[in-house]
Amino acid sequence: MSTATLTPAPTTAGLIRDTDALFARKRIVALAIPALILAYFAYIFIAFDIAGLRDRASLDNAMTLVSDSYSYKTHVARDNLSGEVSIAIEGERKGTYPDGMSPDWVTLGDDTIITLPKGHEVLFLADGAVRYDIPGYGLVSANPSRSGVNAVLPEGDVPDWINASKNRLAIKTAAGRLTITRNRTEVFRYALGWELFFFTLDSPYHGLGPVALAQRASSGEAGAIWSDFWNNRMWQHQQVAWAIFETILMAFLGTFGAAIVALPLALLAARNFAPFVWVRMVTRRVFDFFRGVDALIWTIVLARAFGPGPLTGALAILITDTGSFGKMFSETLENVDGKQIEGIRSTGAKPLQTYRFGVLPQITPIFLSQVLYYLESNTRSATIIGAITGGGIGLLLTQAMITQKDWEEVAYYITLIILMVMLMDWFSGWLRKRLIGGQEAH
Amino acid sequence: MSNIEHINQTYMDMVRRKRLYGGIMLAVFVALMLAGFRTADARNAGSFIDGWHRFFDFPGEVLGEAAGKLVEFPAHFAQYAPSLLETINIAAASTLLGALGAVILSLLATRGMARWPRLIPVFRRVLDIMRAMPEIVIALVLIFVLGGGPVPAMIAIAFHTVGALGKLFSEVNENASLKPVEGLTSVGASWTQRMVLGVIPQVAPNYLSYALLRFEINIRASAILGFVGAGGIGYELKNAMTWGKGQYDEAAAIFLMLFVTIVVVDQLSSILRDRLTHGKKSNMIGAQA
Repeated sequence: MSTATLTPAPTTAGLIRDTDALFARKRIVALAIPALILAYFAYIFIAFDIAGLRDRASLDNAMTLVSDSYSYKTHVARDNLSGEVSIAIEGERKGTYPDGMSPDWVTLGDDTIITLPKGHEVLFLADGAVRYDIPGYGLVSANPSRSGVNAVLPEGDVPDWINASKNRLAIKTAAGRLTITRNRTEVFRYALGWELFFFTLDSPYHGLGPVALAQRASSGEAGAIWSDFWNNRMWQHQQVAWAIFETILMAFLGTFGAAIVALPLALLAARNFAPFVWVRMVTRRVFDFFRGVDALIWTIVLARAFGPGPLTGALAILITDTGSFGKMFSETLENVDGKQIEGIRSTGAKPLQTYRFGVLPQITPIFLSQVLYYLESNTRSATIIGAITGGGIGLLLTQAMITQKDWEEVAYYITLIILMVMLMDWFSGWLRKRLIGGQEAH
Repeated sequence: MSNIEHINQTYMDMVRRKRLYGGIMLAVFVALMLAGFRTADARNAGSFIDGWHRFFDFPGEVLGEAAGKLVEFPAHFAQYAPSLLETINIAAASTLLGALGAVILSLLATRGMARWPRLIPVFRRVLDIMRAMPEIVIALVLIFVLGGGPVPAMIAIAFHTVGALGKLFSEVNENASLKPVEGLTSVGASWTQRMVLGVIPQVAPNYLSYALLRFEINIRASAILGFVGAGGIGYELKNAMTWGKGQYDEAAAIFLMLFVTIVVVDQLSSILRDRLTHGKKSNMIGAQA
């Protein structure tokens, strides 16, 4: 007798009813999950006050950030008391043109002539007066003195890009910007790119093309060229290179140091290797503790003992990852294949030889692959830890952020960080393939 | 006989050479580690030798103060519970957002499932770049634009999560069967229908397991971002730290809350993931764990 005859034969109506019930249940689940997610987002919307974001957000900041990251401005300024004219990139001392030197759009002399794009021209006259010829609008003149800026605008309404008062005149056009106060007259001219990236103005190599540079280099100036580039005060290539190196160093020392420390501890935590149960329990809790006290807290504690720097970052990664590796390694050890060990033992191998030939070949590829995976992820952590504890590229990034004006440097550092992480990702993948062989197919 | 001897000799030569290479590799590695630690030590503000005995000073100080003020702890817990909730919310919202983005991008970046097969390399590079971006970079930029608070942290973590989960998800997708997709195509289903009905049911348990793992990581990340000004318990911790000696009981309370949260979330997610993988075995989904 088969079971089919024992149970009552399903009727069509019954089947339809069951199916309907099943589908109804599935439909509810299918609707409930998106509804729950939506409800959660609605809660987040209120809890994070996303509606109020519009007031808190600063569009001006965003505009400066974006425009500053791919362009730079040159300040041409005259001190109205002494009559001295200075030209500086971004208005920084490090980017100041030496006396008598100027970009080709500024003609120095008794009168300073500043040519802006689109036919705009600003004149600093020898007697202290300023003239700005704006095509399509007219001539604006001013004569700053103790009594005020004395601006004279063309007849008619003042457009909204000109802001004129007794003591201040500000003109903002697409070609540039002119600001006059009683003490100072300043023109900004904007240009694309990262100026002075290779050489600062005090270097004889500033403004030379790659061909000219190659010629100079071949005639024995290679060392001087490199030194001018490497010690560029504006972009600080040397410091940046060190910072990148420090960050990678933190990741390298932290990851491999943790692996070295975790390896023997993992043996104590693995069920099939640990001699006593209580040893295993204690080791496991130690791992949990190391992992649970987050890298953030370890960083704070370590920074108190060793001060800021790469060693602190490396040790913070080392301690946190000792916990992670210990847990993973001991799980791997518990999953070793007993047959291979048995086989080695059957040939009369001593315990040490059993480990060497029975266990080690099984676990090495897995350990290596876990460690190398962490190497890439720790490069990112090292950047973050560096920003907190003060070391490596993370520190440079936060420093550039704090000034709130060196956005081109921020953009440069971000590019470098992404390239660094991608490079480490590629490197760890390559190493994994080389060391473990064809296991990683993709 | 000589043949066997020859084989034996060649084998022993090979073993010796392999050992030599291994030894050299090991020596280079040890040298690198030592040189690395020396360099790091030299570039650090304080050296290891001078500082190691101070290692327990700060924890000792904090614990000592905390021990004296244990009665105040429940009040501290109550005071900082909203911040802790905010940190958890940042992690949860960013994991959800990131996972949703990762599902879409990973489907677009998987051969056989992509909506626009020619754009697969583009979507892969996009995922690579999103993954390479440390959270702190986006968070700092967004704090400047949006002001402090949880939103910059949420966006920053979600952005990185898309990249990190996207890569894992696309590995899961590659192991999913394409037959349901073909079947749905044959009845004229649209791309969205093919993905939702044909792929997602196969890969959902794996997705969920990876997303839970990511949630653990994101809790830590959200605490760290708080420390640089993005709200939550990290921000409170930074404030508590700056008050200095005599006020460490609050820092200790926050340390403890953070520690317990991380451990609890780790344990919960590990139990859930365990359940998911064991359920998976009966489903016979051939995705790698």
